[in-house]
Amino acid sequence: MRPLTEDETKTMFEKLSKYIGENIKLLVDRPDGTYCFRLHNDRVYYVSEKILKLATNISRDKLVSVGTCFGKFTKTQKFRLHITALDFLAPYAKFKVWVKPGAEQSFLYGNHVMKSGLGRITENTAQYQGVVVYSMADVPLGFGVAAKTTQECRRVDPMSIVVFHQADIGEFIRSEDTLT
Amino acid sequence: MLALDKNPPSIREFRENKKDEFLRSLARDNAQLLLNEIWKLPTERVDEVIVAKLPEPTTRLPREKPPPKPRPPTKWEEFAKLKGIQKKKKTNLMWDDVHKEWKRRWGYKRAKDDTKEWLLEVPETADPNEDQFAKRNKAKKERVAKNELNRLRNIARAQKIKVPGIGLAPTGQQSKSELEKAVHVAKLSTASVGKFQDRLPKEKAPRNTGKKRKFQPLIGDFSTEKQKQLDILKIMDGKKPRLDINKAVNKQMREEDMESDSKKKALPAVSSRAKTRAILHLWAGGALRKARSSGLLAGTQRLRSQRGGEEGLFLALGPGASLPLVRDPAHGSPSLLHRILSKPRRTCQCQGATNGAFQPD
Repeated sequence: MRPLTEDETKTMFEKLSKYIGENIKLLVDRPDGTYCFRLHNDRVYYVSEKILKLATNISRDKLVSVGTCFGKFTKTQKFRLHITALDFLAPYAKFKVWVKPGAEQSFLYGNHVMKSGLGRITENTAQYQGVVVYSMADVPLGFGVAAKTTQECRRVDPMSIVVFHQADIGEFIRSEDTLT
Repeated sequence: MLALDKNPPSIREFRENKKDEFLRSLARDNAQLLLNEIWKLPTERVDEVIVAKLPEPTTRLPREKPPPKPRPPTKWEEFAKLKGIQKKKKTNLMWDDVHKEWKRRWGYKRAKDDTKEWLLEVPETADPNEDQFAKRNKAKKERVAKNELNRLRNIARAQKIKVPGIGLAPTGQQSKSELEKAVHVAKLSTASVGKFQDRLPKEKAPRNTGKKRKFQPLIGDFSTEKQKQLDILKIMDGKKPRLDINKAVNKQMREEDMESDSKKKALPAVSSRAKTRAILHLWAGGALRKARSSGLLAGTQRLRSQRGGEEGLFLALGPGASLPLVRDPAHGSPSLLHRILSKPRRTCQCQGATNGAFQPD
């Protein structure tokens, strides 16, 4: 476990800012305690200082996970967000998409969101903007990337993809053994 | 004691005669031969028993590994074989006339040691200022180096590796990594060790330069760490253009859409004027009759606000800027009757689009 280097911090923040914009500041600078990002096994964990200090008692090869896993760095040093980060993305999300109850299951099985399943979408969503996907009852289901702008969404046919799937809470079951 | 009969038993006899008899006779013959051999050994009498003294037991084991292959001949050995040159054994020691004793032919303390001379004759053709001792040392070093090179070439030839030439000849086609390395070396080869060398726009920093990565401590100063991250965020924010062109274009498009929508809405309203008028009568009690066009506008606005109330539930949950996607029916007519009529049809469409498999007939 180690702190992120400057480059790593930058790549991670750039990825995070696609979903929560400048709200990252609220993650870094929290009034309720000191929280920090730590790298362990190529994964980035968001940990409170207290838990971090406790975790130092555990040797590196025995430590599976600490705090909340935000995602991982690929071998080419790109950053991939994991579904575990949803708890921190959802409250600060700038662009949201609500899916209809009928399309919820399809999304939770890892499929893209079609126009037919789209309930509502934040106004002025740009193309390829990172969005957090909610059910109509405002339960965060996952996140993805807007395939079309809000403007285009109104015109396209019902079977065209509106949001590209990136992660959904179904992964907690589907990829239980790789999520830490 | 072990006796081995290496002769193969004749299979024909084994099959023809009685098998037991044949084997018994064979065993008897062999036992006789063994006893004959024992009687050939020296014997002695111990307590009236004749005892033969057996030889020391030996067991010859086969070797574990195959014998090593002969070393491939060197270039000289090949040449010598071709020319029929044979090695002549020379004595190790030879008589040294100067010291009047036997000395080694070569090596340390050898006879006729030319390195021990305190004086050297300068040849007539040579430069008089040249250091003859240094010249001899250099010649010796070169001979050693040449020998070493030949040795390596012999090894390379034996292992069928491409025999390296002398010096660093440029290869015909240098690979990307080789070129990168060459560029890096060339850049560092300035008086200031490449400190003031410009970089190309997309040039990457050379990897594996021997510098180790250094990380911050795991539990260090949390406040400086936070400050650093905030600084990074500030820089990232600063990089974003103040005017997001995409967003601006989208906004413009949306405004145009709204305009065209409102125009569309206004047009059919004129055609269904009679219905609208009836509703307006109900609502305003004929008070708005005098200004028909303006009253119509007010009616539409009221209708819109009603619709807003219906969806205000979602608006309250979501952020302020969220747009209900469920659009008005294509007619865009503000008439209430039309709206009521078209509502069940709309829900039907939705069902069909979302979950066609479970649609009831």
